[in-house]
Amino acid sequence: MISALFIYNQKGEVLISRLYRQDLKRSIADIFRIQVISNTDVRSPIITLGSTSFFHVRHENLYIVALTKWNANAALIFEFCYRVINVGRSYFGKFDEESVKANFVLIYELLDEVLDFGYPQNSEADTLKMYITTESVKSERAIKEDSAKITIQATGATSWRRSDVKYRKNEAFIDVIESVNLLLSTQGNVLRADVAGQIMMRAYLSGTPECKFGLNDKVLLEKDPNNRRKTSNTVEIDDCQFHQCVKLGKFDSDRTISFIPPDGEFELMRYRTSDNINLPFRVHPVVTEIGKSKIEYKILVKANFSSKLNANNVVLTIPTPLNTAGVTCSVSAGKAKYVPAENSIVWKIARFQGQSEYMLTGEADLTAMTHKKAWSRPPISMDFQVLMFTSSGLLVRFLKVFEKNNYQSVKWVRYMTKAGNYQIRF
Amino acid sequence: MDVFSKPKFFTTSTKGENAELLVELNSEYRERRKDAVKRVIANMTVGKDVSSLFPQVVKNMQTEDLEMKKLVYLYLMNYAKSNPDLVILAVNTFVRDTDHLNPLIRALAIRTMGCIRVDKILDHVCEPLKKCLQDDNPYVRKTAALAVAKLWDLDQERARENGFVEILQELLSDSTPMVVANAVTALAEMQESATIDNGGDVFVVNVVTMNKMLAALNECTEWGQIAILTSLADYRPVDSKEAENICERVVPRLSHANGSVVLSSIRVIMMYMRYLKNDDFVKALIKKMSPPLVSLLASPPEVQYVALRNINLILQKRPDILQNDVRVFFCKYNDPPYVKREKLEIIIKLSNGRNIDQVLSELKEYASEVDVDFVRKAVRAIGRCAIMIDEASERCVNVLLDLINTKVNYVVQEAIIVIKDIFRKYPQRYEAIIPTLCQNLDSLDEPEAKGSLIWILGEYAERIENAVELIESFLETFLEENSQVQLQLLTATVKLFLKKPSQSQELVHRVLQTATQEIDNPDTRDRAYVYWRLLSTDPQAAKAVVLSEKPPISVESGGGTGATGSGRGPSNGLAGVSRIAPGLMDELICNISTLASVYHKPPRAFLGNKAFSADAVRKAAVEDAKDEEQIAGEDAPVPGSAAAAAPKNAMADLLDLDFGSAEPQVPAYSSPPVSGTRAPANYNADLFGLSSDMGNMSGAFGGSNGLQNNMNGGNSASGSNGNLFGDLGGFGGFGQSPPLSQNQQHQQPQSTPQNTQSSAVNDLLDLL
Repeated sequence: MISALFIYNQKGEVLISRLYRQDLKRSIADIFRIQVISNTDVRSPIITLGSTSFFHVRHENLYIVALTKWNANAALIFEFCYRVINVGRSYFGKFDEESVKANFVLIYELLDEVLDFGYPQNSEADTLKMYITTESVKSERAIKEDSAKITIQATGATSWRRSDVKYRKNEAFIDVIESVNLLLSTQGNVLRADVAGQIMMRAYLSGTPECKFGLNDKVLLEKDPNNRRKTSNTVEIDDCQFHQCVKLGKFDSDRTISFIPPDGEFELMRYRTSDNINLPFRVHPVVTEIGKSKIEYKILVKANFSSKLNANNVVLTIPTPLNTAGVTCSVSAGKAKYVPAENSIVWKIARFQGQSEYMLTGEADLTAMTHKKAWSRPPISMDFQVLMFTSSGLLVRFLKVFEKNNYQSVKWVRYMTKAGNYQIRF
Repeated sequence: MDVFSKPKFFTTSTKGENAELLVELNSEYRERRKDAVKRVIANMTVGKDVSSLFPQVVKNMQTEDLEMKKLVYLYLMNYAKSNPDLVILAVNTFVRDTDHLNPLIRALAIRTMGCIRVDKILDHVCEPLKKCLQDDNPYVRKTAALAVAKLWDLDQERARENGFVEILQELLSDSTPMVVANAVTALAEMQESATIDNGGDVFVVNVVTMNKMLAALNECTEWGQIAILTSLADYRPVDSKEAENICERVVPRLSHANGSVVLSSIRVIMMYMRYLKNDDFVKALIKKMSPPLVSLLASPPEVQYVALRNINLILQKRPDILQNDVRVFFCKYNDPPYVKREKLEIIIKLSNGRNIDQVLSELKEYASEVDVDFVRKAVRAIGRCAIMIDEASERCVNVLLDLINTKVNYVVQEAIIVIKDIFRKYPQRYEAIIPTLCQNLDSLDEPEAKGSLIWILGEYAERIENAVELIESFLETFLEENSQVQLQLLTATVKLFLKKPSQSQELVHRVLQTATQEIDNPDTRDRAYVYWRLLSTDPQAAKAVVLSEKPPISVESGGGTGATGSGRGPSNGLAGVSRIAPGLMDELICNISTLASVYHKPPRAFLGNKAFSADAVRKAAVEDAKDEEQIAGEDAPVPGSAAAAAPKNAMADLLDLDFGSAEPQVPAYSSPPVSGTRAPANYNADLFGLSSDMGNMSGAFGGSNGLQNNMNGGNSASGSNGNLFGDLGGFGGFGQSPPLSQNQQHQQPQSTPQNTQSSAVNDLLDLL
């Protein structure tokens, strides 16, 4: 139901314009430029003018805009716009003005394929790469033979996987990546803490393998009467979503995760938990405004995880008022400096051992202001990565691979916790 | 290849670029021709006219180079319409391509042919299309399925005559799920435009088709799943058992990674819920729906926004959902403004006695942010909580006082507006804070805030020692004030006089004189006349009218408060909760995840569909507005929507002119405040805001009509001794309503007889 798709650069120049329906004209592109790109006060991603609705998404220095004259499925259109970005990134590495200009022919080809008459078709980058290729100099015979197979596969039940994959060594890598979101109130109470997890898989497996995947999922383990360990080591998952290869019906009935994986890297599942979150870092900020010309900072950070582990690339961004003239600060580890462009003190600690704690003390000098608006005190935000640690306590129990050739396969698991939206109010 | 390895296709054009391209297109070297075609496409993209090159480009269509072929096809789709005679040149190649060995080329040919909207080509489309629909290759079949919809769009009759409808229906049983999905998509679209004259329905979802769709649901692509889920929603289950079965098949989709699949599943479940008789099952369903809805908040902001608008809707239909999840809706500092605004709405909807402390401290936090618009909304939200949750009102008032003490100008003003509503809801409870409010007199520069404080002064004049001085100080600038403030001052002074006659006799006289002699605004002037007359005829009656008990307000726009008798529902400005009428609600539930659900408006209100004439659309909009008001319990401006749309109409006109057809002019909608356009969430509030721009004019109408209403409605607060009193009593009530209710005053006459009547009254008053 998408009537047209446009890609603009930041100046509002049309880089790609593809009409799928005859209900609008190319000149409609100007309307969007005038109403949205040149308008400084646009406060919604959906705008309806006359009877045409414009959906836009910004990415790098591009506007990806979908138009419709129908009561279209809004969620679908946005999801689709993001899919276009993903396909672009997968093809060109980066999806920005430069790559769009350099590859516009290929982009038209892709757009012809992913949308037909305004209805999304196959939009998996891996599948598309089978028949829309960058080097057009392929022998004509090869295309003819291949394409019959490709097309059958692209429309089939396992459209994400070719049937003739072969590896000498069969391996599967699993990465559990958790982003911890935290919002700490001024009083130090946890307003919200949750984990958004992602399980990435790189499958290098031959043939058509059936995989079964197990987590220490509370619901599943408690159901099992033979399980003695009970609640101690399990995780309550609030919700999860799966890659399209996972058999959702099976998960719904008995919570087993079984699938035929695509070849190579993909996101197997996403999950969310909010129960029993281990916060990797605690921050105790004391920020006092002394008169109108000075602010004193005392920030204490403590690592809550085991001392055997290390966090990397720890960054604290500590906001300062807009009228800050200069900052002096000292830290017990890492480096801190005032970044005027971001209105904040940025404190970087490259390696942060578990159970240790560090301190920043500093002063910000303020210039006098005629405008006496109170400082809004944006929260301190934090960035970090902790390897081999999961905030939720989630563990991979097993990955079983069944294939008719019955080969041996090697599996690897890695865990990482990083900061999502880790914000501390003060 | 070397020479052309890095060609610049987007170079700025020189004078004779087309001529240059012409030469290149005729080149004997393939690579040069290909590059020329690429440049043609690049020019087409930026909007240059390259239609004159049609024959030369089409000549390049016959090639085994797939990339080249696609480029030429792309060109053809764009320019076929402007060169209908030349298209015939391409037909042969197309037909031949549909027989090509390579399925990709077969599909490409049939896909492109469908997009060429030239009658001449239709004669040649049908045969190849039939062949492709029965192709061995599923990829070709799925492409052909959509091509039928394209043909249908051009020529329904031809599509029927050639039996394509039946073939598509057969495709529903295809072995490949993606073909089934596209057949569903095509049929659903065709059904929308199918007319009885033309042979009636093409796609009715019955048990058989429904089972076929359910079978394909698990295995087709995410987009195919959405198509199927959308059509499933059209099916009416025969009984509760069947609805239960279907829900069970749909529930697993809630774990899909694609947010639009999740929302489409929720639509199906929500729609089927009304057929479910088993309460436990419904409860279980609701429980299952909550986590995926929360998970949608991890999507990109645009998807979040759509999700939040839908959650807002679902919450109104099923208030029992998400009850313990208020915290997940707390805003992140870097959420885009449109997401924050929607989260705020939902926080208010989910707040209750148990979580109010948490909510309040969160709202207070928002009130110190930088985005002024959002800060104001946060302050209003605190007021809404106070009105909604009785036991929390004191805590809310305390938070508001804290905010007033920050002395941030706009926060103070907003807080005062909100406190005025709290006073209305809980009269006599919080008068102790009046002195604090009075300290901020000087910082008020917005009419609404000023009016609010003046209303408080008038209402509690007897308890404020220096009320006379305060009002007097306001009166110094009486003539310069906005009409809204003038009206409030007028009423407040009269109240003051009635409460403290000895101190303010001179004052009230002066005000009435100024208002009647020096002010041109009929609304203010007429109100002054009414007061004057009332006071001089019977001060006791005046007291009964002006100081009468006010109807209570509630957040739900004060609906059902029994206030309608007086003809003025209480202020809605604060509440701003646009409750959706049950009828509209059901329609919106059927449209979950679509634009309609984002706007909370029925599709016909914003789509200039051919099925609706401009009048019909406007009428529909008016009816919706009526619906909303009925629920809101107020007789607010019905034609407001049309009036409010006026400024934007000019643009809608332009747009539609641009399409070269006589499209109906539909008001421009936009999701919440794109400046100047209207926000559905605060539909009422914004609408009023706009109509107040035309204050003078509609104010005049409002005045007279308000009087009219009371004459008919018979709200005689004074016990109606004599006709005149009855009338004026109505007016008095009108005078008392708090400043915001200016919104309600703007009514336009709804029928002519009333109109003449009321203008007669107007004349009478003028004579006084």
